[in-house]
Amino acid sequence: MLNPATTEKTHCYHCGELCENDSLKIDEKVFCCQGCKLVYEVLSENDLCTYYDLESFPGESQKEKKGKANRFDYLNDEETAQKLLDFQNESECHVTFHIPLIHCASCIWLLENLYQIHPGIISSRVDFIKKKVQIKFLKEKINLQEVVSLLSTIGYEPKIALSHLDKKEKTGKADRRTVKRLAVAGFCFGNMMLFSIPEYFSEVELIAENFRSLFNYLNVLLAIPVVTYSASDYYLSAWNSIKQRRINMDIPIVLGIASLFLYSLWEIFAFGNAGYMDSLGGLLFFLLLGKIYQQKTFSALEFDRDYKSYFPIAVTKLVQNREEVIPLTRLEVGDVILVRDEELIPADSLLLSESAQVDYSFVTGEEVPVPKRKGELIYAGGRQKGEPVLLTVQKSPSQGYLTDLWNNESFEKSKDKLLEPLSNQVSGVFTWTVISIALIALLAWIPMDVSMGVKAFVSVLIVACPCALAMSTPFTLGNTLRIFGRGKFYLKNASVVERLALVDTLIFDKTGTLTDPAKASVSYQGEKLSEESKSILKSLVARSTHPLSNRINVWLGDVASATLEHVSEIKGQGIQGEYLGQPVKVGSETFCGVKNGLSVESGNLVYFSVSEVILGYFHIQSGLRAKAKEVVSHLENEYELHLLSGDHSHEMKSLQNLLGSDIHYNFQQGPNDKLQYIKKLNQDSRQTLMVGDGLNDAGALQESEVGIAISDRVSHFSPASDAILDADSFEKIPEFLAFAKQSRNVIKASFALSFLYNIVGISLAVQGILSPVICAVLMPLSSISVVLFTTLSTNFLAWRKGLLTQSKP
Amino acid sequence: MEVIFILIGLSLILAVTFLFLFFKAMKGGQFDDDYTPSVRILFDNHKKTTKNQPLKQKSNE
Repeated sequence: MLNPATTEKTHCYHCGELCENDSLKIDEKVFCCQGCKLVYEVLSENDLCTYYDLESFPGESQKEKKGKANRFDYLNDEETAQKLLDFQNESECHVTFHIPLIHCASCIWLLENLYQIHPGIISSRVDFIKKKVQIKFLKEKINLQEVVSLLSTIGYEPKIALSHLDKKEKTGKADRRTVKRLAVAGFCFGNMMLFSIPEYFSEVELIAENFRSLFNYLNVLLAIPVVTYSASDYYLSAWNSIKQRRINMDIPIVLGIASLFLYSLWEIFAFGNAGYMDSLGGLLFFLLLGKIYQQKTFSALEFDRDYKSYFPIAVTKLVQNREEVIPLTRLEVGDVILVRDEELIPADSLLLSESAQVDYSFVTGEEVPVPKRKGELIYAGGRQKGEPVLLTVQKSPSQGYLTDLWNNESFEKSKDKLLEPLSNQVSGVFTWTVISIALIALLAWIPMDVSMGVKAFVSVLIVACPCALAMSTPFTLGNTLRIFGRGKFYLKNASVVERLALVDTLIFDKTGTLTDPAKASVSYQGEKLSEESKSILKSLVARSTHPLSNRINVWLGDVASATLEHVSEIKGQGIQGEYLGQPVKVGSETFCGVKNGLSVESGNLVYFSVSEVILGYFHIQSGLRAKAKEVVSHLENEYELHLLSGDHSHEMKSLQNLLGSDIHYNFQQGPNDKLQYIKKLNQDSRQTLMVGDGLNDAGALQESEVGIAISDRVSHFSPASDAILDADSFEKIPEFLAFAKQSRNVIKASFALSFLYNIVGISLAVQGILSPVICAVLMPLSSISVVLFTTLSTNFLAWRKGLLTQSKP
Repeated sequence: MEVIFILIGLSLILAVTFLFLFFKAMKGGQFDDDYTPSVRILFDNHKKTTKNQPLKQKSNE
């Protein structure tokens, strides 16, 4: 473990951040802020310091901790609490929280030892992958609000959002159903194979004849759960597609199951032969296996989030100058609400206070707060920075400028229906071909031998089982999904891969997608900065968590910080302090007292003054994401590119210089404009792919055929989308698209392979010489070889593209 | 050779029992989280022994 004392700069014992000085110290341990120290105090009081032994610096910085102790008051509201609890009886309650902060073994340990801090907590259990903790507590000793406060005190504040009230966990249920079906099919298949052994070695007289019929009857018995239970989803899906007069992959499967089962019954009961029950079991077993493989989900990620996932579930309302915490659902137009530092503005409202600083990073991706004055309309989704402000609500939370997007019809339809999967297109041809071959075989045999004709007819249906055909798609797509996941590109489901392969038009959002808020360009104008002024600046900006301060801090680089006195930050304005008796300031033009400030086309200005004399200013612009240029020029050749930006068009020139002029630039696009833009492209029968990041792109992401949300912290925040891309992997977009196309080709190739098997099988079947043994060998052989082929070839292609190098998320 | 009837019966009963146990384990949530237990096992519980909460979930209702 790293010893904080020996490193040159001291790291906070709790979070590992660099400390400015050693003033916050207990037990020889240094902390960066009061928050971190407080957490340590709580833990050491309760003898829980093992937390710090398991991992070094396990905590998260508490600097940005939201103040105000009463912010969880809404949890005392009986109705709200009811909705959050999983279970309760007279004495105990169970509740599950989502805590995005969970990231290491220490987190698990601490959260599972909550009962040592408070006697009211019976036990707690962490699900690390889903980042959830289930807490059981005694009603008499602790209530829900106190549990949340406790978690917040130790630095693990749960994320409670509006959407948590509406839906209880449904995921996993569907998964389990398929696993159960697979278990039954596997069980029956295994036993049926055992009972069929005499059949496989029919030349050798293994056991007496009377066992043979017993084994056959047992096979029938075992086949019944397979046909009635394991296969039931296929009947449903086939029936639905017949109703819509379409042929999907499940129709030939059902045809195969029915003919296998009925013909085997006839064979067994009428002639005492063996039948093909073991092949039937194998068929279902392999099919279900493929289905499960395809269902890979990234459980820590949510793809279906709407605005409700970000909005708080409660707001502070002012009634006759008294604060009252009410659930958001009860908020009405005309209400006066109080929004504190770091709180989200829940509805479109007018500002009543003098000024506000609104951070729209959730919405647009731009994290520098926008100043607002009294009387201005503030859209929902912004986050207040600084002093508490009063607002009067203009529209209900679901009808706002931004949230109105979700009332658009494009949120009603499911995208999975957009594209007919390749396998369904093939299955139509496949089904008709098989049926006609079977009929021809029947007709050809009838003049010679009627019973042989029937046998040939059924044999064709049996052997032409689409097992291999049906498995190539799920295994290819499932594997592609996994490979993408390694590259930090997480798809919602397998059908996205196929849609991704057909895309021909790419639409990018600008702010936060092509530009990276963290990659800002900072330029300084004015009097040359001496080492001394640099160190003053350093110690000023290091105090603040404002994004602009951070950028200046990065720009300054490794400079020793000066000792200042009376340092204070006015949120959203600037930071001031005293250096050797002189006042020093860094901040906005009004803060530093600039008379006739400059106006810049884009970006922000930050002034620096000593003794009320302006020394100079920083011009900070958000820069393009690393490799954005390469990605664009790479994609230009193959795709039509569009760029949508909410900014003014005067940036067009500089963007054109950077990215080239082949892109269709569109400026001043509001959330709804973006949606309509994509709609228009779709109507021109383009296959659209939207890449965006903020809530204002949510409509466009939904309307496009494939919507990719790009995010720096994938498990924290992203609008509803088909795929979530980690910002680090932005440069790999061309590779991902190319790989999606290649996996489609792999599917095609494996179709060819399985057709080959079918030709062999059918040629035997039409001659009426198909035996249960051949069937039992051919079926698994074709399935396994197709699975091997698809897995190996996708892995090989991914390896060649260098997509296999990343580790797991 | 007639013993085979009994043996087959027994083997099927055994297999069905395992299938049933598998379902039961799945319903109890044993396969829901396949990562956290691997970390949890490494913690020493030197002080008060950690109460091992059985996985019985009384479900939502």
